[in-house]
Amino acid sequence: MEHVGIEPGRLHFSWISSAEATKFVEVANGVANEVKALGPARYFIKKRAEVA
Amino acid sequence: MLKYTEKIQETAKRLLTEKAVDVFIGYKKGSVPMMNEPLLIADPARADRLYWDNFCGLNLCNYLTKRTDRIGIVVNGCNSRNIVTHIIENQIRREQLYIVGIPCEGMIDHRAVMRSVKQKEIRDIQQKGETFVVTGADFQETFHKKKFLQNNCAACTHHNPVIFDEMLGEPVEEPARVALYEDVKKIEEMDPARKQGFFTRLISRCIRCYACRNACPLCYCPTCFVDESRPQWVGKSKDPVDTMTFHFLRAYHCAGRCTDCGACERVCPMGIRMRQFTKKLNKDCQDLFSWEAGLTLDQRPPLDVYRPDDYNDFIK
Repeated sequence: MEHVGIEPGRLHFSWISSAEATKFVEVANGVANEVKALGPARYFIKKRAEVA
Repeated sequence: MLKYTEKIQETAKRLLTEKAVDVFIGYKKGSVPMMNEPLLIADPARADRLYWDNFCGLNLCNYLTKRTDRIGIVVNGCNSRNIVTHIIENQIRREQLYIVGIPCEGMIDHRAVMRSVKQKEIRDIQQKGETFVVTGADFQETFHKKKFLQNNCAACTHHNPVIFDEMLGEPVEEPARVALYEDVKKIEEMDPARKQGFFTRLISRCIRCYACRNACPLCYCPTCFVDESRPQWVGKSKDPVDTMTFHFLRAYHCAGRCTDCGACERVCPMGIRMRQFTKKLNKDCQDLFSWEAGLTLDQRPPLDVYRPDDYNDFIK
């Protein structure tokens, strides 16, 4: 996805077991912070239909 | 390339007469120049309609899936790799097929020819060895085939069929080293904003006709995700984001399976170079898994197997 223009840091992959609550919190916070730092996404966002 | 026409006709006639196959799939000369059409024949008497030249860019493997009869088929390098992919994916059984291999010299890009005659109407094209003569109402020009090859053919490393029952000619020499992914590397080096611009422009002309999907032998799902309405995975309008979604997903569905036959680009009525999507995935398969689609029946494709040492740096 980065190849087609999604900024690095906007897309995350993680494997978290249902027993890994702590890891889930860490990853979720980490993702949220990183994406916040990038600011609102402007690319590949469907705002409204541009054709009737 | 022309010399194969007779050999194909003879072989098809023989196979059908001996009842070695029920149907033979090949090409026939198109009703307009440069547009050869697929031809399926069951009657040996019609074998003389079969044809072969440098405009056989459509992929015949499209006509193999869901068939239960015995099939004779003409293939060049990339098409033979699609047969391997079909067999691996259980779309056809090897025993059903009689594969007639042709060492391919590459297909001519009909758009490049049109450009070089300034989009004037072409009435006839005659091929002579390394050259071809283009004739229109008020012009006649001779071109070199090598300079007009399709982009994917010019950088082809598998001209000779990888699987066949019979070869109709001596294998052609494969190039030792080809810089396959120069264009992909160039895009990789861009920053996100330029990548966005590049791909937005690339598909801006797309009319969502799905010709690329229809021409692709990999696309054999009973219902394509773009046609599904319950649930509707992707918007059906010409909205740029919907169009982009279609192209992304189409490419992802071809990951590790695409043989870069170029049928998608060839059939696009808008001349969109959508191989830029699949090529990146081919490059990744090559870099991460040393995999090229359709070369062997003995190995499962990378997205089909798990190995402990698989690339997984992106998973945190």
